[in-house]
Amino acid sequence: MARRPETRFVDCDILVVGGGFGGCGAAYEARYWGRDLNIVLVEKANVERSGAVAQGLSAINCYMGMQWGENQPEDFVRYARGDLLGLVREDLVYDIARHVDATVHKFEEWGLPIIKDEKTGRYQREGKWQILIHGESYKPIVAEAARKSVDAVHNRVMVTHLLQDSKRPNRIAGAVGFNVRDGGFHVFRAKAVIVGAGGGSHIYRPRAVGEGMGRTWYAPWSTASAYGLLIPAGAKMIQMENKIVLARFKDGYGPVGAWFLLLKSYATNAYGEKYEAAHLEKLKARVGKYAESTPVPTCLRNHAMLEEMKAGRGPIYMHTQEVLDSPEKEVIGWEDFLDMTISQAVVWASQNIDPKETPSELITSEPYVMGSHATCSGAWASGPEDIAPGDYQWGYNRMTTVEGLFGAGDTIGGSAHKFSSGSFTEGRLAGKAAVRYVRDLRGETPAIDEGQVNTLRETIYRPLETWRVGRNEMVAGSVSPNYITPLQGLQRLEKLMDEYVGGYSTFYVTSEPLLKRGLELLTLLKEDMAHVGAEDLHQLQRAWELHHRILTAESVTRHTLFRKETRWPGYYYRADHPDLDDAHWHVFTVSRYDAASGEWQLDTLPVHHFVP
Amino acid sequence: MPTYTDMTRCDGCGECVDICPSDIMHIDPVYRRSYNVEPNFCWECYSCVKYCPQHAIDVRGYADFAPLGHKVRVRREADKGVIAWKIRYRDGREKAFSFPIRTTAWGSIRPPADYAPPGRHELDSPLLAHEPEALKIAALPSLSTRSEKV
Repeated sequence: MARRPETRFVDCDILVVGGGFGGCGAAYEARYWGRDLNIVLVEKANVERSGAVAQGLSAINCYMGMQWGENQPEDFVRYARGDLLGLVREDLVYDIARHVDATVHKFEEWGLPIIKDEKTGRYQREGKWQILIHGESYKPIVAEAARKSVDAVHNRVMVTHLLQDSKRPNRIAGAVGFNVRDGGFHVFRAKAVIVGAGGGSHIYRPRAVGEGMGRTWYAPWSTASAYGLLIPAGAKMIQMENKIVLARFKDGYGPVGAWFLLLKSYATNAYGEKYEAAHLEKLKARVGKYAESTPVPTCLRNHAMLEEMKAGRGPIYMHTQEVLDSPEKEVIGWEDFLDMTISQAVVWASQNIDPKETPSELITSEPYVMGSHATCSGAWASGPEDIAPGDYQWGYNRMTTVEGLFGAGDTIGGSAHKFSSGSFTEGRLAGKAAVRYVRDLRGETPAIDEGQVNTLRETIYRPLETWRVGRNEMVAGSVSPNYITPLQGLQRLEKLMDEYVGGYSTFYVTSEPLLKRGLELLTLLKEDMAHVGAEDLHQLQRAWELHHRILTAESVTRHTLFRKETRWPGYYYRADHPDLDDAHWHVFTVSRYDAASGEWQLDTLPVHHFVP
Repeated sequence: MPTYTDMTRCDGCGECVDICPSDIMHIDPVYRRSYNVEPNFCWECYSCVKYCPQHAIDVRGYADFAPLGHKVRVRREADKGVIAWKIRYRDGREKAFSFPIRTTAWGSIRPPADYAPPGRHELDSPLLAHEPEALKIAALPSLSTRSEKV
């Protein structure tokens, strides 16, 4: 790479950051409504296979089936609310639920093979909300639609920062980043920005720390940019303490949904005992009525498994051998993995496990920070005009508290259980709203601040210079007194988050003293990030991914400290506040980071219920 | 390694470099062939394996927990709309599966701008593109929240 990277200005009306399901939905819908607008999609990988669905999926987990009267949006709100122990944005959840069927019907029209029930002709249900697909090419199909929607796709450009309007405070003006292949510096000047970036894997130490550290449940390229971009832009973030832990097949992290819901398999401890009911009974003392939600909330099921593991009654087993009693079921079981978690098939083949004959181990994963799964961390966003209560609505649907900055998928908080179809749908909602926003701007175009851009340009490439200088001070190897590599920084982050902020090594337990010590160590890590060294552009990408993860981790830690209760046992525990406390904490936690002062403000926001 | 490239099959075309979501398939400057530069950031997503025209890339499960001697091989035939898997166990047992991946021709998706443009006032409605028809119900559901409005 040349010493002075070339600067490339890209002007557009709407910039979509991140080409996963949220970003692809945003691109499609923005084009539908904004025929004459210049729409640009930027993606750090290749949109053909990027984002959390890069590998494929074996099911669509959010489909109402309103055409057959299977479910109504209100049912879905009750489900998501129950699963998150009461705390969701009902307007946002409802909004996705009422639109999501149209999204799925479009996917089918585009060529996604959706499995049908031969008798009824309806989509084959995996569970109440899930339908089965042959989804190996789910992402390439959706990417085709997105590519056809935009004026340009910039693949292999990692967006590192959002840009503020120089004329008006708290308004978006674009984004900057660098090309991972040739090092070019990209300055995107946009009237509206839709962030569809990913949530966070590798915030916490993964269970496999050697070669297998990349086999996290959630993709290693989901680097918390959804939050790492929004936090320094001053967007209000909610529920960042609401990290998610998954019970999955051990090591491969193969999904369990099809096994539990469709194949009707079950889990036991090592002694063949079904353990869940007894633990749920005991949980009533800690979480009250929420232990009686149907289905049992995801975190509480984790809790039951953890109690067994702590008591030494593991391994926990999924009894696959009890249910694979026909060739058809065996194929369903295998496709479930081959479509979306091939590693599980690798684990079975390598360990001589045939699911027809042998049960398979389950375990709880390391925590993740997300807004799209059975959890809802993310930005505080304006809701739909025709539904949202007044204090949930300030103009445009899915606009954050920064003017002109929209989000979708993992970016938007308070709306759990979006999964792939819901994230695409939320992208569509944001895409349409962004077109309205741009229309309403009329001539009043935001402008970038050249001083800010020049400072960021220096900042972004500094790790390359740090490495170039530092490496000359030693013979060879990775031990430098003057810089840390992105991997070294990442592993320090993962270790401290694991040990102080409720990772698997403490059985997800933390407390005020632990969290405060964790914050001290995080502060030191943040200081050391001024000395991160990158030997090439690939490592420069890793360095900026780490920046995004660290900001997210700090937000998670501060939110966890702020919420003085244990709302989601099985996701994490505050040992000093071990019970759920609805009297004081039936609220959203909200934070705002002031990049200029480095100060965080934490507060609460009301949870409104309007679905009975 | 998770993924690794066969020295004799790889011709250095770079398809794997282009597709890898983790940006870990790079071309070795000496051998002019691809290799996995960061096995610990590999998700075993198989994108490089599927897109390699030479079938030069394979996976050896993560050394932390996958004993040697297994193979999970794949052939993705995009134009035929199918994917085929062959699994060989450490103890030699084999299983084979194949699944459809797409029901329409690649490139056949109708772009959003090919539809008749929506009326100007429709931009202010809660309806998304193709609604309500695409919902396959009469109208978009809504909800009154008036009792809770603040």
